[in-house]
Amino acid sequence: MYRSILIQAEDFSLDDALAELKTQSGLAGGLCFFTGAVRNSNLDEVVGGLYLEHYPGMTERQLDQIVDEAARRWQLHGVIVIHRIGQLMPGDNIVLVAVAASHRGEAFEACEMMMDYLKTNATFWKKESIPDGHRWVEARSSDQTKTTAWDA
Amino acid sequence: MKVLFFAALRETMGQSEIEIVLEAPTTVGALKAMIKLPNGETLSAASRNQSIMAAVDQEMVDDLATVSVTSEVAFFPPVTGG
Repeated sequence: MYRSILIQAEDFSLDDALAELKTQSGLAGGLCFFTGAVRNSNLDEVVGGLYLEHYPGMTERQLDQIVDEAARRWQLHGVIVIHRIGQLMPGDNIVLVAVAASHRGEAFEACEMMMDYLKTNATFWKKESIPDGHRWVEARSSDQTKTTAWDA
Repeated sequence: MKVLFFAALRETMGQSEIEIVLEAPTTVGALKAMIKLPNGETLSAASRNQSIMAAVDQEMVDDLATVSVTSEVAFFPPVTGG
């Protein structure tokens, strides 16, 4: 299975990533991806920017383990995970999880599981710039519920 | 051994890393009782009011996990990536 995990400050191209996934996983007929971008408002406040902190080393290991878990559950031909760090602006790309499988069912499920796990297990933290300063984004219990559901 | 702090906890601590000399292996819970915030409160006390997660050698663990004299331990708030 083709695997690419990147944590980077630079932007990424969705087109280039999907083209790479398609080329590198020749048997795959089904490609599914999720991508997340910086929103311009949260909790009724204007968000002017987003700073992303991570735990170097541990985050890479965790993303690797998440891909391992997806590959254990489904027959996958390729996975690309890209997550940005540092200072981002509204509209900027944050994350991409893209999966190649033989059929759509596996691709949809693996993509959703990896995003759910990433949300609750990968050591990234978001800090928003709002009109009167900054605030750390709070974890949502609904995210934990979604991750736990995969282990049921 | 090295203790790392991230995100809001790093800001509360006023530093991202401290060195602690352990005479013998201990647990994450015991280590939390040894570490003090700038306001004098221990990390154990602080974790009663806010969720603080821990990792030993880059694996998520609970308070019962063992910390060796050479471990890399990290404390941080619940993660919010994606």
